[in-house]
Amino acid sequence: MEHIFDVFNIGLLQNTLRTATPVILAAMGGLMTEQAGIMNIGMDGMILIGAFVAVAFSFACASASIGVLIAVLCGILIGLFFALFVVKLKSDEFIIGMALNTFAGGLTVFLLRSIFGVKGTFSNSGIVALPKVHLDFLDSIPVIGPLLNDNSIFVYITWILVFLAWLFLYRTPCGFWLRAAGEHPESLETAGINPDKMKLMASVLCGIFCGFAGAHLSLGYLTMFTEGMSNSRGFIAFACVIFGMANPPKVFLAALLFGFLDALGLRLQSVGVPSDLTSTVPYIATVLMLVYVVVSTDRKKKKKTKQQLVEASERA
Amino acid sequence: MKDTKETIVKFENISMQFPGVLANDDVSLEIKKGEIFALVGENGAGKSTLMNILYGLHTPTAGNVYVKGQKIEKFKPMGAIEKGVGMVHQHFMLVPSFTVAQNIVLSREPKKMKFLYDLKKANSQVRELSEDYGLKVDPEAVVGEISVGLQQRVEILKTLYRGADVLILDEPTAVLTPQETDELFKVIRRIVEEKDMTVIIITHKLYEVMAISDRVGVMRQGKLIGVEETKNVNERILASMMVGREVLFDKIEKTGEPGNVLIEADNLFVADNRGLMAVNGVSLKVRAGEILGVAAIEGNGQSELVEALTGMRSVKQGQIYICGQEASGRDPGEIRKMGLAHIPEDRISTGVAMPSSITDNMIIGKERRSEFSVKGIHLKRSSVARYARELFDKFDLRGAGVDTEVGSLSGGNMQKVVVAREFSLDTPVLIVAQPTRGVDVGAMEFIHKQIIEKRNHGCAILLVSADLDEVMRLSDRIITMYEGRITGEFKAQEIDKRDIGYYMTGSRTAGGGEEGA
Repeated sequence: MEHIFDVFNIGLLQNTLRTATPVILAAMGGLMTEQAGIMNIGMDGMILIGAFVAVAFSFACASASIGVLIAVLCGILIGLFFALFVVKLKSDEFIIGMALNTFAGGLTVFLLRSIFGVKGTFSNSGIVALPKVHLDFLDSIPVIGPLLNDNSIFVYITWILVFLAWLFLYRTPCGFWLRAAGEHPESLETAGINPDKMKLMASVLCGIFCGFAGAHLSLGYLTMFTEGMSNSRGFIAFACVIFGMANPPKVFLAALLFGFLDALGLRLQSVGVPSDLTSTVPYIATVLMLVYVVVSTDRKKKKKTKQQLVEASERA
Repeated sequence: MKDTKETIVKFENISMQFPGVLANDDVSLEIKKGEIFALVGENGAGKSTLMNILYGLHTPTAGNVYVKGQKIEKFKPMGAIEKGVGMVHQHFMLVPSFTVAQNIVLSREPKKMKFLYDLKKANSQVRELSEDYGLKVDPEAVVGEISVGLQQRVEILKTLYRGADVLILDEPTAVLTPQETDELFKVIRRIVEEKDMTVIIITHKLYEVMAISDRVGVMRQGKLIGVEETKNVNERILASMMVGREVLFDKIEKTGEPGNVLIEADNLFVADNRGLMAVNGVSLKVRAGEILGVAAIEGNGQSELVEALTGMRSVKQGQIYICGQEASGRDPGEIRKMGLAHIPEDRISTGVAMPSSITDNMIIGKERRSEFSVKGIHLKRSSVARYARELFDKFDLRGAGVDTEVGSLSGGNMQKVVVAREFSLDTPVLIVAQPTRGVDVGAMEFIHKQIIEKRNHGCAILLVSADLDEVMRLSDRIITMYEGRITGEFKAQEIDKRDIGYYMTGSRTAGGGEEGA
């Protein structure tokens, strides 16, 4: 019984927010490209590069904000690079995405060793972490207070960004163009707007979001860089995009669900469940989530067919 | 027609060179303000290319275009839109998940607070516009869920919203029922008379030219053959101008009496890709030496019916018999062995192998015959080539060689490859879907003759076509389908086109439901 309280406590929710944030950020980027009709599986690499660059510049310039800024600029560059191949040169987006992931993995390891001379992990007291936010008035409220206080500033920025992403896609002309570019590019073109520009924009936006995600991972979450530290979060984010049908609030909830399961895995470790097992929880959940999506649409289809057969036989 | 004969659009020596094709060859043409101008020609004659140049989708290799006296310098759709040119494309340029209003205002959205989309204002603007022009639409309806006729109306409103006074309609009636076509023509006349618009219609249906246009221009192989006042010409003259020789539109002679039932469907239910029932209890019989035509507007179950009959789609309920053998639940290969050949509706995705040669395409499905291969393993290239050569000549494939890649052929020639392969199988049953879609008049005439010949030799033929004229011309009996049900059955001579239209839209049905007979 007491084990249950060890697992399900306020810490679990705090961890949920922390672990979900990078996935939410990357997923917001992923849904931009998804809406623009690009299948982007390169988010993992984008995050990894963002994470490395953020640590490197935070350390070099002794400033977290410069780290974040450069990570985002890098994200823009990668977004442009991705768009150059996928949109302009019309190469296969799957291959380019894979290439980006492999490239990011290799590049960060190479730079880690050649610049900082370390293998595996670079952690140094010189890396400036992102500031945490503490609001005094929240202290008086139970549960909510400790939950919402003392988070990295990125947690709050992320919530605002989710709203902005929704506002952009569903309440601005440009957002409509971006969605039209994904769903029916010819209609946008004949209306006088170049769909490739929209795709380019989506790709750059994705780079920016992934830059943020990476910076949060290495400066807001852990204050260090580890080889391969994106740890497939880009793919989890992609799963969330599919699960949430590329709609920002739904994708946000899907990412929170993932964050919760990830945090649950960590908590289970504290009561003695082997960590190898607990770390599989979010991935198993992802697979189940996607299976659910497929099965439920298939079942709806079958139900409709069956219903119509019944109706038809009743008529006859 | 207005008496003011002011020129609104002028093409001056336009040539358009695509890789390997001269699509427009020194075309000069003037369109007058306030007229309805019809541009006719076979497929690939260059009429769409010419209009795409006017709309700024292509930049001509040579020549100039003037709109309202101003020379067009940069060929961009945006520039054309600003000069008041609007185009309704053959394939609609609409975003299915957006609403009617959102589609109409796309790229010119009303805004609030500088950057936000004013959705309410978009709805009210569209409502006003539709009332002003008498084109009723529901601004808040989702485009993917409304009928094709309404979608076309949305397309027209879209150009009007952008302030167009020159409207180009590319094959506007291809997807419409006769009733919807009448409605469209009324709209066109009204906007020309009341709103002083100029309308250019691209078409290859000659009776429509006669019905609606003031003047007509005929194109052939990229050249403008002639421009005439519509009242001075008739369909026969236009047809020979289009093809460059006399075309016989007479009824083709049918001989022989119907024999045994070779195709039979009994209370058939078939679901579409979304799991919705597309064929709802269809029963039909086709006898040897008979053509049964299926007349239906696209998306009313005829495609799924064909796919079920040929084994490409599973049957949910009911039976199919081909040449007396149970065919439901069998795969396409097994059904073909029962004696069925099939011309699929989409030649590009299911009719041919695009990157392969004409020769290779000719023997698909026959490659294991002993005349073409040693024990079904090693191909006898020389006899395959001889066979392909024979079919190539017999089916009059022009402008290509036997080794030409099928993907590079014109629509007409590609379809002839499919017809040649399937008809040379000499099966007693033929399922023919959209045999002349996107095919020029010459090839159409040829394919029609082949189909009738097959019928006269005792084939049972099921013909599905979106072209009502084709169904009426070839069939012995006609059934109409609406929402997956048979709504009527007629002898071909006993019904006219207008009446069929009512059955195709479900506004009339045959009372007793005596399908099949």
